[in-house]
Amino acid sequence: MQMADIPYNMPDPRGHFGPYGGIFVSETLIPALEELRTVYAECLSDPAFKAEFEYELKHYVGRPSPIYHARRMSDEFGGAQIYLKREDLNHTGAHKVNNCIGQALVARKMGKRRVIAETGAGQHGVATATVAARYGMECVVYMGSEDVKRQAANVYRMKLLGATVVPVESGSRTLKDALNEAMRDWVTNVGDTFYIIGTVAGPHPYPMMVRDFQAVIGRECLQQMPELAGRQPDYVLACVGGGSNAIGIFHPYVDFPDVRLVGVEAAGDGIESGRHAASLSAGRPGVLHGNRTYLLQDEDGQIIETHSISAGLDYPGVGPEHAWLKDSGRAEYVGITDAEALKAFHDLCRLEGIIPALESSHALAYAAKLAPTLSTDRIILVNLSGRGDKDMHTVAEKSGIQF
Amino acid sequence: MIPFITAGDPDAATTLPLMRALVAGGSDIIELGVPFSDPMADGPTIQRASERALAGGMSLRKVLGIVTEFRKEDAVTPIVLMGYANPIEAMGLERFVDSAVQAGVDGVLVVDYPPEECETFAATSKAAGLDPIFLLAPTSEDERIRDVGAAGRGYIYYVSLKGVTGSVALDFEEVSARIPKIRAAVGMPVGVGFGIRDAESARRIAAVADAVVIGSRIIEEIEQAGAAEAPARVQAFISGVREALDAERENVQ
Repeated sequence: MQMADIPYNMPDPRGHFGPYGGIFVSETLIPALEELRTVYAECLSDPAFKAEFEYELKHYVGRPSPIYHARRMSDEFGGAQIYLKREDLNHTGAHKVNNCIGQALVARKMGKRRVIAETGAGQHGVATATVAARYGMECVVYMGSEDVKRQAANVYRMKLLGATVVPVESGSRTLKDALNEAMRDWVTNVGDTFYIIGTVAGPHPYPMMVRDFQAVIGRECLQQMPELAGRQPDYVLACVGGGSNAIGIFHPYVDFPDVRLVGVEAAGDGIESGRHAASLSAGRPGVLHGNRTYLLQDEDGQIIETHSISAGLDYPGVGPEHAWLKDSGRAEYVGITDAEALKAFHDLCRLEGIIPALESSHALAYAAKLAPTLSTDRIILVNLSGRGDKDMHTVAEKSGIQF
Repeated sequence: MIPFITAGDPDAATTLPLMRALVAGGSDIIELGVPFSDPMADGPTIQRASERALAGGMSLRKVLGIVTEFRKEDAVTPIVLMGYANPIEAMGLERFVDSAVQAGVDGVLVVDYPPEECETFAATSKAAGLDPIFLLAPTSEDERIRDVGAAGRGYIYYVSLKGVTGSVALDFEEVSARIPKIRAAVGMPVGVGFGIRDAESARRIAAVADAVVIGSRIIEEIEQAGAAEAPARVQAFISGVREALDAERENVQ
């Protein structure tokens, strides 16, 4: 497979992906981010850090995660062969833990004994609580009070793991407000606290660091696809909320120009309805949560409330690297509605015996649309970023079933 | 003394009377908050003020309209807008700077614009006669203090504690030790804010700083008073702080 002439080397030293990214924070956090940049750079050049990260991924997370050829699904849609990268098989049930392990190791190197996190559906909160237990750190998770109500099981999981869950009552009481509150905690307790951001957003170096930790997904694919299918895929598909699972699988493929990268956003009730979370498809560049990126905002620059059936995609921004990949044309971004995602969820359950997360179901739904337009010798690789156990209630409710 | 209120809190009609009350109470500069949906650097009090203002339809454009009205009756009291980057970028940097100058705004403090991320904005503002005001924090080191000093104009806003607006723990000794050094390094007046809650804490800060910034405490007065009573309550509170500051000044002299 052909490689690009000039290797991709984003971001620049100050965290810019073209016009996106950067460090848009209040002055109080500037020294903390400077310290994080310095320590993270040391981690990157420290073979012992790398070895420990890999050891943990192998023995604690259960990596490498397999790639699975979804033959019945491929036959059903009639066209390209669909392969699934099984991040749902990781410890804690999603890709989130890869990043949490990495950041917890950085936190430990910095001597921080307290970690905080924001969470929407609770997956990143659970992953953070998990690694905090694993490394003996105090853990506080901020979660919008609306989400606390909707995700009672995950709240209990976090508590079982020893974390304190703080319901956030401000704003829309969802993920973005949890992120605001976590930032406030960090500003206040910056001396002893490490903020484990769950996605490829936030001020530099977070988008880069989270990408680096998640890129293990794509690196494994680079090795596994030739073993399994004899070559690299024609398409790589992943759902995009903040965009960490997508960046994780895209990044190692960026320098392979023949591999098309497609991010799938949550179109909710349809882009035209205004009730969606498709920042790249329907938003405009702006500044939020420490970086410049595409945002869903009104004409006065206020951030608007988003909607998706999947809480993990329900975010008004997106990682700055995706903004850059979109503008540069290296990746393309499409939308999948709640109804389409739900159908894909049921299809995968019945055809392959795999219950996918509603987030990942968005990527599967686009594969279902794309596959029939391609010949049977084409290959689509879908990042199955998480398992759907957490979504039982949502799906059952849509089907009119109560437990 | 530099009081802070959020434009549009508790409603758009009360902002102008509140600004008059701030002047009547003895304010030197007014910081007028531009409400934003996601005020990350602010505590719950100012966030509530933002939410009330946005619920009433306040916007950056309307804030500039309020300043234009204020200027018809008060050509002297400096006005500094304080807010977040996104509403400004949504309006467009140049259009914002032009409109702000035309409205009679004197300075602008964008909380999430550290100097390195707003070189164009700072240069455009300065050229148009709008002072870019920057923050310094207890965590800022010497080199940073010099860089921020070089980027800003007007005054430096020293955030007196690690935390968000309206927090309580204020370390007077830390502030007293830092301010003279910062003033020498930046060559500008230094205002101190975050955590100043009453005449006594204002007086102690004023003993070392060029100005004290009071925000959350005023918002609390507005919350408790309601729209009709807010201007009178705020004026009474501000007058009390003013007296304490004047007494401190005489004391020093």
